[in-house]
Amino acid sequence: MAGTLHDQAAIVGIGETKYTKNSGVSELALASEAVRKAILDAGLQPKDIDGLTTFLLDTNDEVEVARSVGCGDLTFFSKIGYGGGAAIGIIHQAAMAVATGAAKYVVAYRALNGRSGQRYSEGVSGDIVTTDLIHWSWYMPWGLLTPASWVAMFTQRYMHDFGAKPEDLAEVAIATRDHAVNNPAAFFHKRPLTLDEYMDARWICEPLRLYDCCQETDGGCAVVITTPERAKDLAQPAALIRGVAQASGDDQEQMTSFYRPQISNIPEMELVAKQMYAMAGLGPDDIDAAIIYDAFSSIVLMQLESFGFCGPGEAKDFVKDGALRAEGGRLPTNTHGGQLSEAYIHGVNGVVEGTRLIRGTSTNQPAKNEHVLVTAGVGVPTSAMILGQQS
Amino acid sequence: MPLTPDQKKELEAKLQEFVGKPIGPPKAGRDAVNEPMIRAWCDAMGDANAAYLDPEAAKASLHEGIVAQPTMLQAWTMDGFEMHKGYDEPVNGVQRIHKLLTEHGYTSVVATNTEQGYTRYLVPGDEVTEETVIESVSEEKATALGIGYFIDTRTRYTDQNGDELGWMTFRVLKFIPAQQTAAADSGETAAAAAPARIKAPMGHDNAPWWNEVEQGKIPIQTCNQCGKLFHPPRPMCGECGAMDMGYIAASGKGTVHTFTVMHHPQFPGYDFPILAVLIDLEEGTRLMSNLLGCKPEDVHIGMAVQGSVEEGDDGMKLPVFRPVA
Ligand SMILES: [Zn+2]
Repeated sequence: MAGTLHDQAAIVGIGETKYTKNSGVSELALASEAVRKAILDAGLQPKDIDGLTTFLLDTNDEVEVARSVGCGDLTFFSKIGYGGGAAIGIIHQAAMAVATGAAKYVVAYRALNGRSGQRYSEGVSGDIVTTDLIHWSWYMPWGLLTPASWVAMFTQRYMHDFGAKPEDLAEVAIATRDHAVNNPAAFFHKRPLTLDEYMDARWICEPLRLYDCCQETDGGCAVVITTPERAKDLAQPAALIRGVAQASGDDQEQMTSFYRPQISNIPEMELVAKQMYAMAGLGPDDIDAAIIYDAFSSIVLMQLESFGFCGPGEAKDFVKDGALRAEGGRLPTNTHGGQLSEAYIHGVNGVVEGTRLIRGTSTNQPAKNEHVLVTAGVGVPTSAMILGQQS
Repeated sequence: MPLTPDQKKELEAKLQEFVGKPIGPPKAGRDAVNEPMIRAWCDAMGDANAAYLDPEAAKASLHEGIVAQPTMLQAWTMDGFEMHKGYDEPVNGVQRIHKLLTEHGYTSVVATNTEQGYTRYLVPGDEVTEETVIESVSEEKATALGIGYFIDTRTRYTDQNGDELGWMTFRVLKFIPAQQTAAADSGETAAAAAPARIKAPMGHDNAPWWNEVEQGKIPIQTCNQCGKLFHPPRPMCGECGAMDMGYIAASGKGTVHTFTVMHHPQFPGYDFPILAVLIDLEEGTRLMSNLLGCKPEDVHIGMAVQGSVEEGDDGMKLPVFRPVA
């Protein structure tokens, strides 16, 4: 058994549903469609699949998906907590499963009716007193009920500490939108965003305006993971997992780690980056393109710093000259339009796009695509990976 | 004061003594099933079904005469208004459990579930008798309303020949109200009020903090062994491993560490825009709160503020902050 996950697993199939605001079908239907598409994309059949992994938040249990899709026997199944932080956590699970032989072909999936069903923007509440609900109770009475309100607190302090301006957040939103313009699957396909439109849009929670906030989407995504050895016999070029890691930081809360000495950085992401780069034997200079989790524009800036593309507080300068743009940028980022402008499938649509970037099939394909970074969630116990090409 | 573990054990042992036993002898209804009461019930419920009300139509129906509306089952053996007296001077097992819990601080009660089953239709002249058994008393549960015990009863209804008419299960929660101001002290649900802010759900790990707030203090959890301060509260001190936690009162002096002005979406019960502030308390911990008496454009990081517990129009007491003049 390998002592590292470096190059021990690869993404070999991708599947996604249409992204809509009202799917008209169950979340299980979305999951089943995405999973089946991913399996067929890999050149496999449902009966080949012996492992399934998803988000703890996903309502589609592994056994329900297995029966619906016709997977048969499973030897591995698991769920990962903490919302979007699980987007690469599930890839991490699948990689460990295939590397250790716990399963041969694992599908990682996420499907939700995020617009027509439960909307995260509608805030937290609840009747069952769990540790998690007690956690939210330190914010609810004072009106902090939504992800935007929690992230706004960090963003305000980040901008204060480092002098970032609304225009810097706008550059993330606009660069990402420009990518969506070219992506037929994106909500904002053919609908560019100007700086004036960005600035004129209503406040959500200051300093976050409307276009600093992600979509709410009905849809599903799935990817198939197996060993590099088996990948060679399959239908698509493999996206090799060069390094993958999870991390929870000191004094971590879910979305509200407000009690650390400094709150204008993301310690858990720094811990993910450190492990992931060490495993991959790579550094920020080796990364050609990135999918950076963008529930909000500001957290893209903060993660550019966590992953070492620039120093603390320097992201505003890094993005200024179009660094995030597919055309000629230093680090083409969120080439599908991201969660801001394509769809919010809790980061897993980013895993699908990261795989496309390695295959060379993105609608905004940059010339260089040897190594692609994909990150998951922000402000939660989280995860990230580097994908690379199989030689 | 919360119960000590020994007091709680003793209380729970007493509660369990009731389980599986009838609450008292079988109880007969005050009146036989009769048409005036059926009519009064149907009026109150807005039920115009001829089988309950119109002798001619009922005679022509498969019932061959007036029958009682089935959901009335419980009504035939109820004590009427006199029932409330039993909660002060218990005359049956359920009332004894209620009194026992009230004496231990579980002062509020709410009915949470009931189900009925019907064996046959009741007809005028039937004499109904009920026999109620306490099916279970739960372990202590933390709920959105407060911490308490669920009490389940099952009642069997029989007729003058001893044959079954139907049954009813009933579940109540007897609890320590999450906030005293919101306490409902009878089985009635509170009348609809103006929308209020979302109260903190109470669990073992946060209720003591809110009890301090009720006393007008801004509490900070402290380890009684090593003195380290924590927020939010937790059951164990991560510094020394002690599980003996207490509270000190913060001075309320602090500065704004960061803030947001919340505009959208707007939730009922809150005044928008909301000025939310993360406060660096002078004691060294932080607290999320609201800044009052300050225009959104005037708030800034580093601003000196003073906190106190204020009661809002919705009756909720919360630590909030105001600018230092
Ligand atoms: Zn201690």
